[in-house]
Amino acid sequence: MSVRSLLCAGLIALQPSLGLAQGFAGLASDAEGFALPQPNPSFSFPRDHGPHPAFRIEWWYVTANLSDTAGRDYGVQWTLFRSALHPGETAGWDSPQIWFAHAAVTSAQRHLVGQSYARGGIGQAGVTATPFAAFINDWAMTGRAGPGQDGLSALDLTARGPDFAYDLQLDADGPLIRHGDGGYSVKSPRGQASYYYAQPGYQVSGHLDLPSGPVAVTGQAWLDREWSSQPLAPSQTGWDWFSLHLDSGDKLMVYRLRDTDGADFNPGTWIGQDGTAHYLNDGEITLTAQETTSIATATLPTTWRITVPHRQIDVIVTALNPQAWMDTTPAYWEGPVQVTDAASGGAVGRGYLEMTGYD
Amino acid sequence: MKRAAAHALWSHWRRHPGQALTLVLGLALATALWTGVQAINAEARASYARATAVLTQDAQTTLIARDGGTIPVATYVRLRRAGWQVAPVLEGTTRLAGRTVTLLGLDPLSGPVLPQTAPLGSGGIAPFIGPPGQLYAAPDTAAQLNGAVQPEIVVSDDLPPDHLIGDIALVARLLGRPDHLTRLVLAPAQATDLPPLDQIAPALIRADPAPGSDLAGLTDSFHLNLTAFAALAFAVGLFIVHSAIGLAFEQRRPMYRTLRALGLSARALTGLLALELLAVALMAGLLGVAMGYGIAAALLPDVAATLRGLYGAPARDSLGLRPGWIAAGLLMSLLGTVVAGGQALWRLHRLPILASAAPRAWRRASTKGLGWQGGLAGLLLLAAGLLTQTAAPPHLGSAFASLAAMMLGAALALPPLLAGLLALGTRLARGPVAQWFWADSQQQLPGLSLALMALLLALAANIGVSTMVGSFRTTFTGWLDQRLVADVYIDAGSPETAQAVLPALRQTATAILPRITTEARLNGHPGEVQLLSDDHSYRDHWPLLSPAAGVWEGLAEGRGALINEQLAYRSGLAPGDPVTLDGTALPILAIYSDYGNPRPQAIVGAATFAALFPDRAVQRYGLHMDPEDLPALRLDLEGRFGLRPDQIIDQASIKAASLRVFEQTFTVTAALNVLTLGVAGVAILTSLLTLASLRLPQIAPLWALGMTRARLGQLELLRAGVLALFTAILALPVGLALAWILLARVNVAAFGWRLPMVLFPGDWALLGGIAVLAALAAAAWPARRLATRPAADLLKVFASER
Repeated sequence: MSVRSLLCAGLIALQPSLGLAQGFAGLASDAEGFALPQPNPSFSFPRDHGPHPAFRIEWWYVTANLSDTAGRDYGVQWTLFRSALHPGETAGWDSPQIWFAHAAVTSAQRHLVGQSYARGGIGQAGVTATPFAAFINDWAMTGRAGPGQDGLSALDLTARGPDFAYDLQLDADGPLIRHGDGGYSVKSPRGQASYYYAQPGYQVSGHLDLPSGPVAVTGQAWLDREWSSQPLAPSQTGWDWFSLHLDSGDKLMVYRLRDTDGADFNPGTWIGQDGTAHYLNDGEITLTAQETTSIATATLPTTWRITVPHRQIDVIVTALNPQAWMDTTPAYWEGPVQVTDAASGGAVGRGYLEMTGYD
Repeated sequence: MKRAAAHALWSHWRRHPGQALTLVLGLALATALWTGVQAINAEARASYARATAVLTQDAQTTLIARDGGTIPVATYVRLRRAGWQVAPVLEGTTRLAGRTVTLLGLDPLSGPVLPQTAPLGSGGIAPFIGPPGQLYAAPDTAAQLNGAVQPEIVVSDDLPPDHLIGDIALVARLLGRPDHLTRLVLAPAQATDLPPLDQIAPALIRADPAPGSDLAGLTDSFHLNLTAFAALAFAVGLFIVHSAIGLAFEQRRPMYRTLRALGLSARALTGLLALELLAVALMAGLLGVAMGYGIAAALLPDVAATLRGLYGAPARDSLGLRPGWIAAGLLMSLLGTVVAGGQALWRLHRLPILASAAPRAWRRASTKGLGWQGGLAGLLLLAAGLLTQTAAPPHLGSAFASLAAMMLGAALALPPLLAGLLALGTRLARGPVAQWFWADSQQQLPGLSLALMALLLALAANIGVSTMVGSFRTTFTGWLDQRLVADVYIDAGSPETAQAVLPALRQTATAILPRITTEARLNGHPGEVQLLSDDHSYRDHWPLLSPAAGVWEGLAEGRGALINEQLAYRSGLAPGDPVTLDGTALPILAIYSDYGNPRPQAIVGAATFAALFPDRAVQRYGLHMDPEDLPALRLDLEGRFGLRPDQIIDQASIKAASLRVFEQTFTVTAALNVLTLGVAGVAILTSLLTLASLRLPQIAPLWALGMTRARLGQLELLRAGVLALFTAILALPVGLALAWILLARVNVAAFGWRLPMVLFPGDWALLGGIAVLAALAAAAWPARRLATRPAADLLKVFASER
């Protein structure tokens, strides 16, 4: 997962009148007092599955592409954000850590959204590395990995919104991968960066509670872990982010940071069937918006063409539900996509798309 | 013609500026008192509305601790983790920059659960959480605290005074209570499959919006009191206007005659005079509204303090201009003018041209009214008496109706009674001067009677209200002595601390009285049940209204409960009846007085309490101890157990605080009393001035017979004194009746308690003296004018009719 949700972290606001002082521009403000990501990181697991309160922002981000027994497609999102007002952690109300989370279930017809907020320091929300558990109010992502396995390799995932709930079991079928340069992910030619790793391959089973009743589902999921303190350049206004599970067994993550002040920044990660990650440099990928959808005040591209010539990728990415607008604070677009071959039109995979900065 | 007529008519005021001033001032005073009280009421009500909007937790369902104590933060977290939509609230009082304030700590991240009206500005939550954090405060409070405390003070018009809202972390730090909450606000919509409350948080109970938070209902009686006072003052003020207008009409009679003779129609003349009245009404109205604003601004801090202290209603000190009471003030002024001047206008319109110059033509007629006036007064007084006997329990509306009927009846009865007294004086008088004095007083009575009625009302109100306040004070201080039996009160904050401090308490105290209070439904009403230990100090002092043998034994043995007077009135209960406490019926052993508490309360013995509420543990104690040992105990408890200073209170401090609230309550009534009396004084003055010029033809012959002008002036003064004295004497029974209605009817209806009436004859004598002095002061100027009147004026009486 990319810098996409840094915006969320920066714009956390509960009600219009309760917005955090750090607005969108605040993302580009200096990170005084906070730690900054450095090149050549040496991650240590399970410790780094847990929070890094010295950094300003961090998330645990799961997206899943699921199907029911009738073959209908669903997307599920589960995201826990940590946003620090000040570096460090203190027990009790004085904790500077604020936690919030978004959850969604998307079908071709419906897009159901919930959100949750909590203070750090009192046990209402948080993440523990060993045993792994990420929780906020009654939402949780709980590790059930056996001894000797990675803490994120087996997870139970629950959330509930006003009109939906879900309970999913996730089991990884490959290793963790590192985005960028060994986990150091540069976000701008001007040097902004984050620490960024992922578990891109989960097999999922479980059920969704929808207004129409419970639905048993199976499918694939992708988990991103990212933390940073000063992620964006001032002129970067938003991004378009893709994570694709290809039927070939390969996986692709690409993103484009839109820049008002020069060229867009457009890198990615290619993950082979064996689970090895290859960094895709800015310039190796082309992203072309093909069709747009208008939602509320925003007009967003919901059909894209992605080409990665030296990986022989030329695909059309289409939103399962173009109306997958996250009416949260802040608002953005996030939903499942279907991947078809640009030449033949045949289905070649599925994945998730996130778009921010359009409203 | 009309223009010339207008010029002639209105030149009267240029020639009599003092009279114009009296008229305008009288009307302005009446309007001012009315407007002032309306402004106070409007401001207070706006404060309630503001407070209800901001602190809407009061209007929401909350979760509170069963034992009335605090809620551990861990319990809140457990509920949130189980999916309960609750928001934490930490409330407490502390001193900031020398000011006692209520702090309300909220968690802005509790999102949809929090009231939308939480007054957070555009700054967002980062500066709100801090550090140093922000405290939102009303303008007055903010001005006092700004710079004196570390958090940034943000001004919010939405907050009541002395209430600060801040992030829960900041408030927890300021209150020194990091691990506890006061209550949890429950979101209206909750998931259906949540674990039930008694499993996940058995120490909590749901509390529906507290009846005590209905500030408007609770304070209605207070505002009604003020409004009644304002109406009284307005009525008194109208007497002034009536006499001033009457004077101006009298003096211009020759002019009317001339103008009519010159061809001005009665309709045009009346129209011109109506226009004049309208102008006066508007001018006086504006002046009155301005003065009313001044009165309200001066009185509001005390009213606000009363409302805060007595009802916990968050009223503000500062006054805003509200179109409502400004318009009402002007309207009252116009209305008053119509009432006071309409009669004069009507009579003028109907008077035959040639009769217009006879000054006593309608004044004599009005003396004939004494008979039916007396009859009407009798009927009103009878109605007042009947009204006090109707509703049981007493109804506020009928209590005030009987009050109004009684006051009006007494005022109407005054002229016939005075006439009788003066007639008696005439019969008893010896010597020509004395006989003339009494006879002349009788002759003057019709002209003075309105002013004297005003004085009667003012005096009666004074006696009545001061008797009520005095009775209240006497009873209240006595009750405080009875009720506060322990020397020191300790609130340990939690059952654990309460157990931990016991050894330390045993070392110092001669007796330890455990105290537990719990929320319960008493005969269906939300209220509280309190445990009372079997201790001789309670037996000796507890303020039972109907002491009976065996009450305390019965309580200790669990044979019944005591209930407070409020519950008894509300549910119509008497000793021997059953009262249900959370569904369990117990016989009532006795009823006790419980001033200052608007809620139903019951008291049971230790065994009964344990049976009814097995899971409530002791958190509070009353101690019998030597007050000299308190500083050491305080140090020990604060040092070893972390108790805050406000958790340890000695009896003297509670008493002082209670009495302070009490005194503030009646500052306003006292101030209005003085103002009303002042208005009555002005009424007498204007009446005497009116009479003075009319009386010249009656006085001139006496002067011609050899009485000096100085002697005549002295007799004028004496007459004013005698009439005032008679009025004061007649006001006494009226005032006492008023006090009785206030104490035994209005108070019961408004507060749920009845007070024994205590009489203060010393005060009456003082008040009578003041009334006579006021009358003398009012009469001094006319008397002096008479004494120094040029002899030529008196001679002119014989030269021409006028």
